[in-house]
Amino acid sequence: MFKKALSLILVATMLFSLAMLFASCNDVAVADMTDAPLAEVSLTKDFEVPADFKIGIICLHDEASTYDLNFINGVEKIKTVLGLTDAQVIYKKNIDESAACTEAADDLVDQGCKIVFANSFGHESFLLESAKKHPEVQFCHATGTTAHTEDVANFHNAFASIYEGRFLAGVAAGLKLNEMIEDKEITAEEAKIGYVGAYTYAEVISGYTSFYLGAKSVCPSVTMDVQFTGEWYDEIKEKEAATALINAGCVLISQHADSMGAPSVCEERGVPNVSYNGSTEEACPGTFIVSSRIDWAPYYLYIIKQVCNGAEIADDWCGGIEEGSVVLTGVNKTAAADGTFEKIQEVAAKLKSGEIKVFDTDTFTVGGNKIADDHKADVDTDEAFTPDTDVVDGGEFQESIYRSAPYFDIRIDGITLLNEKF
Amino acid sequence: MKANTKKFELPFHVIKRSEIPLWKSLLFRVIAVVAAILLCSVLSIFMIEANPFKFIGTLFVGAFGTPARIWAFSKDAALLLCIALAITPAFKMRFWNIGAEGQTLIGALAAVAVIIYCKALPEWLLLVLMFVAAILAGAIWGGLPALFKALWGTNETLFTLMMNYVASGLVAYFLLLWTPSGSSVLGRLNRGHLPVLGHENLLLIVLVLLLTVGIYVYQKYTKQGYEIAVVGESENTAKYIGINVKSVIIRTMLISGAICGFAGFLIVGALDHSVAVTSVGGMGFTAIMVSWLAKFNPLIMMGTSAFITFLDRGAAQVTTTFNIDSSFPDMVIGIMLFFVIGCEFFIGYQLKRRSHDETKDVPKPAITAKVESKGENEQ
Repeated sequence: MFKKALSLILVATMLFSLAMLFASCNDVAVADMTDAPLAEVSLTKDFEVPADFKIGIICLHDEASTYDLNFINGVEKIKTVLGLTDAQVIYKKNIDESAACTEAADDLVDQGCKIVFANSFGHESFLLESAKKHPEVQFCHATGTTAHTEDVANFHNAFASIYEGRFLAGVAAGLKLNEMIEDKEITAEEAKIGYVGAYTYAEVISGYTSFYLGAKSVCPSVTMDVQFTGEWYDEIKEKEAATALINAGCVLISQHADSMGAPSVCEERGVPNVSYNGSTEEACPGTFIVSSRIDWAPYYLYIIKQVCNGAEIADDWCGGIEEGSVVLTGVNKTAAADGTFEKIQEVAAKLKSGEIKVFDTDTFTVGGNKIADDHKADVDTDEAFTPDTDVVDGGEFQESIYRSAPYFDIRIDGITLLNEKF
Repeated sequence: MKANTKKFELPFHVIKRSEIPLWKSLLFRVIAVVAAILLCSVLSIFMIEANPFKFIGTLFVGAFGTPARIWAFSKDAALLLCIALAITPAFKMRFWNIGAEGQTLIGALAAVAVIIYCKALPEWLLLVLMFVAAILAGAIWGGLPALFKALWGTNETLFTLMMNYVASGLVAYFLLLWTPSGSSVLGRLNRGHLPVLGHENLLLIVLVLLLTVGIYVYQKYTKQGYEIAVVGESENTAKYIGINVKSVIIRTMLISGAICGFAGFLIVGALDHSVAVTSVGGMGFTAIMVSWLAKFNPLIMMGTSAFITFLDRGAAQVTTTFNIDSSFPDMVIGIMLFFVIGCEFFIGYQLKRRSHDETKDVPKPAITAKVESKGENEQ
């Protein structure tokens, strides 16, 4: 009898808790997205593409990686704009950063490609090998650093001034922190951002610093902790890093790594998240604020146009907000502070007019001091990575001017690196 | 025996074959491959909406479509064969060396370390040093688990597997050390390139072919090869006839690791001129299949490694031609291997229908053949 009663009670408890579970599922947050705050740049076809034109695209992974997907989406966009056929766009996916890249590029040339494009930093030296063998074909490489110093006429680098996008995303983060301070959720001193980075490397450092400076421009008391994973794509490590940061008191998280690790932890814990490389609103409707990313479509349009017109492609191309290379997703009003959309537009206009500079040397210090006017950075890649170029001019660190790939690698005050590289 | 009638019984027995003619075993394999291709073609209609003929054609175009692809195919097959040759003596000895991945990677790392740290040396001396360093590193990586197994009876499967992670951890560490910018990308190095013999891939292929003959002779005609076979069949027999089992285990694994190191040297000297955590790319594990499918015969391994390379390169072409992600091609490779490995069962065993009188189980040849073909279909 006792047993029966006990089991009945147990069943009742289980049913009740199940019901509670379902009930709690019902008040899941819903994202409420605005339009993209930056005006969309329309891409148009104003030249003829010969029927025998082909472009080859080499990707490190496939669509499963957000990084590669971003490149593939850009290609598909241009394919539609220019009306290219399937046969005119040849993808090579899952190509390692090894001799496999040279092999893939050679194969694309064999298939008649006039342009070969590779998307990963490590592809560079292997793509260069193929470029030397095929002077009649143009080789374009995203995120690379050596085209402006290597004397190979048909080899080109490209990047975007993504630090501007990061800065604007940082503004959104700062506004959110201000809102939390106003609502007395945190004190001004507790406004600490957590950042999950891949490697302690200029591209990542430039990214999180511009993001931090954007936040600081509206929330002066903000500080930031950075945790590196030592991988470009490792969901578990990124989750662990985000969890550790949240546990250490970070009230807002952003990341520069390619998996959904950090955003998904934020959604679970209810911590606001500023994303990168594309919107995470679907998976994180309650916490996703905004995301910046590079749209590669303008660059593809540019190189195809140059080749079809028989014109030269720049050694080193850097797209910005105006070209449509730096874009922001819509703002999620569910998570973002009021007025974020308008503020981003306002700051974007000031960036354009030059009233606000991202790396204004008056806005940050190193060890309590302003950086020197003759500060040098490593722009021309050599084995020892020696700083070789004066990069401060007009009170601003001139990022992506002397070459498109980021070279800002200064560790500024207010940002604490919890680990380095690993 | 009434209880027995209640028990569930399979409608057939599994009987080990004592012998099977070569033509028959080959026929089974051909049937398996054809069946796998048919299944994949049918799947391709539904999953990627492709014409099955185009799908099969694409596999061949990917592997052999242009002269450059044939070269690349031969190069890939040769490298895979090289690693498979390395693990073969160990497997024949029933030493489950699943650490070829790490042994190869550590060889590659050692070769790159020589390039990085010996900048003043002339090119030929550099190559010699790279070769020695790679072979030593591989031998150490293979020898350690063997030493522990011989002295303290540790489990070699776990040990060699764990050494893979140590090797890739070391590569990650040194990459950070060698790239002060923090990118962990070493890129293509300008020194320590093996000479080019006609075509850039030819030297590698020739070296591996020579190695193939070498291992074949070693296994078949030398005393050491015989010792390996005896230890593999039965350690007690080996002890009884006076073979020092411990030293055979250690010696064989040193050789196995050294050949892996040699493969690492080839990757650095002839292909990538660089090293990354992904340099070996799983070949250390695929090589086990190459070796096993060929029953540890180096000459047949040329065929099995060519087959697996064909699948790999063909599948990659499918991704490109049909513009899909890699999940479908991965499935195709899986199905192919499932059929090919599955058919080994039917080569080693036969299925026989249960008769009511179980004492008489001398099968008539005609019936056996019928049951076999049925078994084939059931795959």
